[in-house]
Amino acid sequence: MNDSNDAGPPAPAEAIATLADVGYSVGGRAIFDRLSIAIERGKVTAIMGPSGTGKTTLLRLITGQIRASRGTVIVDGEDLGTLDRDGLYRLRRRMGMLFQNGALLTDLDVYENVAFPVREHADLPEALVSRIVLMKLQAVGLRGAARLMPAELSGGMARRVALARAIVMDPKILIYDEPFAGLDPIALGVVMRLIRETNDALGLTSIVVSHDVHEIGKLADVAYLLSGGRVIAAGTPAELAVNQAPVVRQFMAGEADGPVPFHYPAPDYVTQLLDAGDRA
Amino acid sequence: MSLVGGLAESGRAQLRKWGRFTLFSLRLLAVCPRALLRPRLVVEQVHNSGALSLVIIMLSGLFVGMVLGLQGYDLLRRFGSTESLGTAAALGLLRELGPVVTALLFAGRAGTALTSEIGLMSATDQLSAMEMMAVDPVRRVCAPRFLGGVIAMPLLAAIFSMIGIYGAQLVGVTLMGVDAGQFWSQMRSAVELRDIVEGVVKSVAFGFACSAIAVYEGYHAVPTAEGVGRATTRTVVTSSVAVLAIDYMLTAVLL
Repeated sequence: MNDSNDAGPPAPAEAIATLADVGYSVGGRAIFDRLSIAIERGKVTAIMGPSGTGKTTLLRLITGQIRASRGTVIVDGEDLGTLDRDGLYRLRRRMGMLFQNGALLTDLDVYENVAFPVREHADLPEALVSRIVLMKLQAVGLRGAARLMPAELSGGMARRVALARAIVMDPKILIYDEPFAGLDPIALGVVMRLIRETNDALGLTSIVVSHDVHEIGKLADVAYLLSGGRVIAAGTPAELAVNQAPVVRQFMAGEADGPVPFHYPAPDYVTQLLDAGDRA
Repeated sequence: MSLVGGLAESGRAQLRKWGRFTLFSLRLLAVCPRALLRPRLVVEQVHNSGALSLVIIMLSGLFVGMVLGLQGYDLLRRFGSTESLGTAAALGLLRELGPVVTALLFAGRAGTALTSEIGLMSATDQLSAMEMMAVDPVRRVCAPRFLGGVIAMPLLAAIFSMIGIYGAQLVGVTLMGVDAGQFWSQMRSAVELRDIVEGVVKSVAFGFACSAIAVYEGYHAVPTAEGVGRATTRTVVTSSVAVLAIDYMLTAVLL
């Protein structure tokens, strides 16, 4: 999987998800062009990049919410391009996903939210459902909040409940979309610890989309840096930190201007000001 | 040329929308049998769409019936046949006003609630989260709400007509002095089973149309505050026009 414009490492033998030569465009605008990524089994893989580079779109490709216009996406041995709805749903039972805001069902309390996938997919006696749910809630430290409604939870608590819900069916792959956005330092520390512990204790593979360089540096085993619809750097967070490529350095150091410009493309400043003055 | 082109394009867009709606309705109908296997979810939605609309339906029924009593009395007085007021009110309500006004009120009360609820679920990623949990949102969220509306509508229309007849009686008999015996006996002898069937057929059809439109608009709403607002407005407008159009077609067929 050596791609001409892909800085990623060669695909390891134990890849649980691979994107090969993937292209995807919306309304004629290419979001990805010949993108190749391999997600290694058992590791926490971070997908980083400036806002608008298609990180969330990448997750939607991996989860089959959208289909690649070219290339192949293979997740846990299944080619997403050839799966029908039933096949996709069978695959998704082996995946869990945490949305940015938790996406808890607002008409159900915390307990019922976590129980939701179990009730939908398995006809288990209530006593067993109760045990499963309480164990997952205990794992995220929210057993005492079981009867709260989602509106009564803080942002960090909502994400922990969503994590409990995501792991309740014991998935193989867990996907996090911006899990750190808008969290206070304590909640952030809790969520980071939970991602790591969940991954290692349950033997999962985790994919974390984020642009928080420092948090990812502490959490991830492997990181991919996306920009302009392709992978511009890949490796361990330590390797990315010493990468000398200008775009990578700008992103890792958080500089306002650089290869990713501060200004959105616009006509010449002086000309536009003078034109505006003339019109007035 | 640009005007013609614009008209053609908007015509095509309208056709596409009809196509999408038809496909969505078929998908909805296809998952309904499975949704019926979980009656608790459907009963919950009959409560949401039906029981919570009861007050507005009963109040409106009372006033529509009272107006019918007044207008009917005035009209029949000119022909010297005020004792037929019961028949006129009952036929008008059972065959026409009951189902139609109930459907219009349903679109405004329950239809908008369905659209905004599903639209907001979509805007807050709840539907995507269900998809990711391998749960089909059309089966889990849309179908029970659709079925709830279809079941609630004829019940609401029946209650509307019943209260309406009481309202007409209140004005005609109690206020205007029409003979109570005449009022009820003429009604009983003139109203036939097919009049009631016509009303039931209409209200079931309206239930299908209003619920499908409300659920469709919510499910396909642009997931923003503005998008959900627009979808809610479209639900009321489209449902109202659909109810009146279907009403004409059914009346023409059933008469």
